[in-house]
Amino acid sequence: MKAILALIIVAAGAGAFVYVLARRVAPLFRAAQGPQIDRVGERLFGLYHFPHHRMPRPGYADVGYSHISIILSLIVLSIHVLMVIYAGFTGLKLPGLDTTIGAGYAAISDIALTVLLAVCIFLAIRRGYMRPARYEIPEKYGKDKSRPWAVFLIGFLGAIALLDMLFLGSSAAAARAAGETYRFIPPLTGTWFASIIMGGFSGPAAASASTLFYFLLLIAIFVYINLIPFDRMFHTITGPATVFLKKLDKGSVKPVQWGVDDDKVADLESFGVKNFEDFTWKHILDFYSCADCGRCSEHCPANAAGRPLSPRFISLKGRDYAFSHYPMRGPFIKGEPLIGGIYEEDEIWSCTTCGACEEECPVTIEYIDKIIDLRRGMVDEGMVPQSLQKPLNALGKRGNPWGKMEKKRAEWTKDLPEGVEIKDLSGGDTTETLYFVDSITSYDDRMVELARATAAILSASGTDAGILGKNEKDSANEVRRFGEEMLFMDIREHNTAMIQDSGAKSIVTADPHALNALKKDYKDIPPTEHISEFVVRALKDKTVSFNPLDDTEKDKVYTFHDPCYLGRHNEIYDAPREVMDAIPGLKRVDMTRSRDRSFCCGGGGLMLFYEPEEDQRMGVLRVEMAKEAGADVIVTGCPFCLVNMEDAIKVAGLEGQMEAIDLSELIARQIKKQALAVQ
Amino acid sequence: MEILVCVKRVPDTSENEIEVGSDGTDIERDDLVYSVNEWDNYAVEEAIQIKDRVGGSVTVVTVGDDESEEVLRREMAMGADNGILLEDDAFEGSDGKGMAAILKGAVEKGNYDLILTGAQADDGAAQVGGMLAAMLDLPYAALVNHIEIQDDKKLKIGREIEGGNQEMNEIELPCVLSIQTGINEPRYVGIRGIRKVASVEIPTYGASDLGVDTGAVGEGAAKVKRLDYFVPEMGDGAEMLEGSTEEKVAKLIELLKAKGGMK
Repeated sequence: MKAILALIIVAAGAGAFVYVLARRVAPLFRAAQGPQIDRVGERLFGLYHFPHHRMPRPGYADVGYSHISIILSLIVLSIHVLMVIYAGFTGLKLPGLDTTIGAGYAAISDIALTVLLAVCIFLAIRRGYMRPARYEIPEKYGKDKSRPWAVFLIGFLGAIALLDMLFLGSSAAAARAAGETYRFIPPLTGTWFASIIMGGFSGPAAASASTLFYFLLLIAIFVYINLIPFDRMFHTITGPATVFLKKLDKGSVKPVQWGVDDDKVADLESFGVKNFEDFTWKHILDFYSCADCGRCSEHCPANAAGRPLSPRFISLKGRDYAFSHYPMRGPFIKGEPLIGGIYEEDEIWSCTTCGACEEECPVTIEYIDKIIDLRRGMVDEGMVPQSLQKPLNALGKRGNPWGKMEKKRAEWTKDLPEGVEIKDLSGGDTTETLYFVDSITSYDDRMVELARATAAILSASGTDAGILGKNEKDSANEVRRFGEEMLFMDIREHNTAMIQDSGAKSIVTADPHALNALKKDYKDIPPTEHISEFVVRALKDKTVSFNPLDDTEKDKVYTFHDPCYLGRHNEIYDAPREVMDAIPGLKRVDMTRSRDRSFCCGGGGLMLFYEPEEDQRMGVLRVEMAKEAGADVIVTGCPFCLVNMEDAIKVAGLEGQMEAIDLSELIARQIKKQALAVQ
Repeated sequence: MEILVCVKRVPDTSENEIEVGSDGTDIERDDLVYSVNEWDNYAVEEAIQIKDRVGGSVTVVTVGDDESEEVLRREMAMGADNGILLEDDAFEGSDGKGMAAILKGAVEKGNYDLILTGAQADDGAAQVGGMLAAMLDLPYAALVNHIEIQDDKKLKIGREIEGGNQEMNEIELPCVLSIQTGINEPRYVGIRGIRKVASVEIPTYGASDLGVDTGAVGEGAAKVKRLDYFVPEMGDGAEMLEGSTEEKVAKLIELLKAKGGMK
């Protein structure tokens, strides 16, 4: 009789669960191709590494360690749950309790259940009463209906743990009343308390209670797993898959279509994501995996500046689209295009691709690739803001976003400091080290100082260095990241040929956007390093050394602002700091948000041209952070950061109190010139 | 609605440093990059939007040489259905009236309800649209910044007039309109779009195909001739501010304050 009842519950619960999952998986099969599952070892390591590194990041220790506890207890309990189900068919007796291993495992399960219940109680209180601000829903997305449901589901999980304790406790009490010895129950665990309480009843009463609790538990387990796929709780099932499938190469961009080589891309019928099913199956899986924790948006600089972008809602709107268009019953619903539907043009253009959201996401959801895919779709449909059309056209015609003449690209070399030399290779010369200048540093009145400083550093270290001159075009890092893939490919082809012709064995740049493009997007070119890495090496080789700071500079406090494409996308955090610390007399502090939590200056490349809707500039927020850290000088390692910082200092009214300088300028200012004399 | 848009390939002013050539009759054309005339681009966008609303087709036409084909392809990548290149040695050196005469030939080869031109092009003459309308004996409106389709006989159009005022008119079809910038937001044309139309056949018509009298076009028939081309000398009262942008701004503020234009 009990076995039949158990069979009905298990069959109905499991059947329903399979059906629900099948409906949920359906859009993945209609989606675009996803990544190949390669580098399995690295991915398995990630499955171990990311949860305990990401979840308890500073500021999230409570919820992070709670989640780690839940995961560990669920891993422990996974076999126990199977045993519980199995027990339905063997007279409600858990198997293996009479063996040492079985009894030992049962005792550990008691502890795990207790941990699980305690954490669920804590999380329910936290979600229901403490209400961290990042869970709030912006007005435009309506009322927050998710909180009661979240509290209910976490409470439900706790209730399952409780029912299990009651079942185990009453089983123990019934066994003891019947004079049987029961396995060891660790004192002070939930099961232990339950066994004592149930011990107060008569044997038959405890046995009936055991049966009752068993069936309540069994029903609860199957109801619960069937509720999971309807909510953010789905992350408990799909999250591990998302972590396993995470993009492994930071700073890179997914191809237009997985499985289509670059030379075949031009033949594709459509580009990018226009409709929901144009997302890859991995990206739809990402939507399911969003735990709605709000960390991405809490760290998103666009969101902080009041731009119409909150990465959290990129995921949630995607997930809700999947839920509503792939309903549990009835035919799948064909949807409208995403832009103008669930996403807005300005929302998608607002992203600076800084990567703060991805760095923070505890389930390693990818945002940049989705944004780029949506932009590819918009570019293909001609939906590009007027402010970006001109620089894109100019990049196509002149190789730089301002449409300046190619022949003026090397004009900054006319005004080099005394004794500094750099070869212009456009005449056919070759070089050992190529300095890739990139557009802004070649043309901008202020930023050419960075080019001169970099040339001076290379010269002072005795490096045989040259530039491509008029043959250099923009690195096109942002051309690709703004969705104009074909233009990017044209420019890359040109630059690749020019770099190969230069005979260079290595490439140096002071522009992290160029660094990123050359390292991540280009192929068959020599290795590229940022000027900070070059100088760290030169310091070790003792080919350069620094003069101490002037007395006026010694009183100042310096801070390093990590550029997104140097830091997060290329993980170069230490080199610039080592260089600064090698300057005698330099006092350096870190801002609270530094290194992988750096706050974007406002964006580089084409982002300089975009006119966003925003309440204030990201740069101003950043300059205020530097002030808070007690800094007088912000050192950047990127020309775009410098543009934004210098502007922001003026806007913030901090002129005279705060200054910004590029690392290359700082190095060139402090570098000892003897090396030149030796040459 | 069958729409013809007249377009021109011009040096891109935003991407060139325009200098007057040594002989003083033209600008230095080495190192120039070209694009479609900005006003024409708005006209094509408007035509495509009309087509999307009421159906029909959009044809773009230009007078020029092989190189002019690139602007036709660009506009076709934008969404124009057909392109026509009008090329003949006899067309070279035409003045505005000559151009209008050539375009008239192209208009008459088709069956168009609406002919659009840009309000003006790089030379700033703003004359071809009006002359074309006169030669075709069609109604004409200049500097149009708004178009609504009333029915297949009439349009409601808006024009920007002096002082930022707006005028609304009804105009009968077929007609010629010259389009002002700002009438819409032209869509972006990516490299991919242009590649997709790279192999589309573009018919080329010469004077005889169009039934254009070679005596009425070209340099010989031009009644307006350019005599000189120069940067005006600085007159009294004009002052060029020198220095970096910040220095210029500081000087400008100083000047404005000194003359009472700013407090």
